[in-house]
Amino acid sequence: MKDVGGSHDTGVGVLRVQSVHKAFGENAVLRGVSLDVDDHEVVTLIGASGSGKSTLLRCVDLLETIDSGSILLDGTDISWPGFNANEVRRKVGIVFQSFNLFPHLTVLENITLAPRKVLGHPRKQAEEEGSSLLQRFGLADRAAEYPDRLSGGQQQRVAIVRALAMQPKIMLFDEITSALDPELVGEVLDVIRELKDAGLTMILATHEMSFAREIATRVAFLDQGVVAELGEPDQLFGNPQEARTQQFLARVHKAGRI
Amino acid sequence: MTLVTDPARETVIRKKRRRDLLIASLSTVVVFGAAVVVILQSPGWPAVKESFLNPVDARRAFPSLVDGFWLTLKLFLTAEPVVLLVALLIAVLRGLTAPILAPLRIVATLYTDIVRGIPTILLIFLFGFGIPALNLQGVTNEPLFWGWAALVVSYSAYVSEVFRAGLESVHPSQAAAARALGLNRYQGLRHVVLPQATRRVIPPLLNDFISLQKDTALVSFLGPIELMSAAAIYANSKFNYTPYIVASLFFILLTVPMTRYADWIAARQRQRSQSSGAGL
Repeated sequence: MKDVGGSHDTGVGVLRVQSVHKAFGENAVLRGVSLDVDDHEVVTLIGASGSGKSTLLRCVDLLETIDSGSILLDGTDISWPGFNANEVRRKVGIVFQSFNLFPHLTVLENITLAPRKVLGHPRKQAEEEGSSLLQRFGLADRAAEYPDRLSGGQQQRVAIVRALAMQPKIMLFDEITSALDPELVGEVLDVIRELKDAGLTMILATHEMSFAREIATRVAFLDQGVVAELGEPDQLFGNPQEARTQQFLARVHKAGRI
Repeated sequence: MTLVTDPARETVIRKKRRRDLLIASLSTVVVFGAAVVVILQSPGWPAVKESFLNPVDARRAFPSLVDGFWLTLKLFLTAEPVVLLVALLIAVLRGLTAPILAPLRIVATLYTDIVRGIPTILLIFLFGFGIPALNLQGVTNEPLFWGWAALVVSYSAYVSEVFRAGLESVHPSQAAAARALGLNRYQGLRHVVLPQATRRVIPPLLNDFISLQKDTALVSFLGPIELMSAAAIYANSKFNYTPYIVASLFFILLTVPMTRYADWIAARQRQRSQSSGAGL
């Protein structure tokens, strides 16, 4: 299968995924994915369900172990068995589709837990930094609430802030709007827009095609476990080169999702 | 917000509620009344009344029962915290995956399997008579201590299973979220999984507490005079069983508030999960 992921010439990116394979039992989900991501880049991953978008993100955060290939973060291969995953997770933040906030902690406690326990920040410092992050994303009045008192959109924004509080070098977003009611999607996407303006390096797996086009510096179309096409958003959406990309976009168009 | 009401509907609802209350009261009076009549008309009632419900004997036995009650209370209050600690440790050990902890994991599993299979009364005999018989240097032969230890061992096995069920009920995505934030396994367990698990198992834990309170009576088989044996001593010397009734009342005094509290907590949790299910 042709893989165009590594062909984008960017030198040594902050993240280099090189022909990664990952199978769950008999089910090969990733079949040689390659993708380079530069500093301050926003790469969106599009593709049908089961094309490997989520698995790729989970592999980068070492929540899954890969079968072969390599993942370089700042030039270090983090994918080798036994590599200290906690070191990776200080640099890489991930936000899940299902928020996964800690229900027994308040919003502020959710955000300050990792900075205090992992980075060793004193409570006061963690709370000050957490509060200013909440302020920045319009959640300051929610600091003392428990997650189940928040709307889905607010919960997802808190989850993003929680990941940001660890000051990651790169953020991964796994279908973060898929579990939200349509009217709540906008507030979450606004957060991503702001993060892009702030220059954060991001990879987003998403079904929101117009957003994927708007926010991305590059778009990767995943199909059957490989990057089938990679390009600038206007090129990939406006003039896709690969037959598979054209078919996928046609289906999405037909479903009214663009 | 203004509530829209319909007086006609409310009248019907109020009428129905009043009728339900009347039926409930009537049936209660009839059933309980019948039971009382059956008991009072039974041929043995005067004898039972004399030997089980004698106010004079109740008063005479009372001071020794109070002493027994204190011992029961002490047994329970000292055993319970230790049970909680040991049980939690066992439950956590059983859930750990690090290879070096394999022996501990095996011991923890064997412990729960074996101890849960042995009736508490047997454990109390084995500890209370067996260990002192070994004549070990520097080990107490105090039956009260070994009875207490047997209770702790027995209940730790049960309670550890309650904890384990709680730990397993926390969705794996919570542990994954903790790991994704850079917390190590221990930190994830300590700050994310355990607090949620313990909250969920409070009602079944309280149930086991109640059971432990009652089982402190089993220690009397080793000789210490707790509430039940205090009653037995009086009953056997005076041929009057009233102290048993008084002892039962003591136990009820201890367990009923606990039962109500367990129910209250369970109801509150149910309500909370429902209100959060509705969203905002």
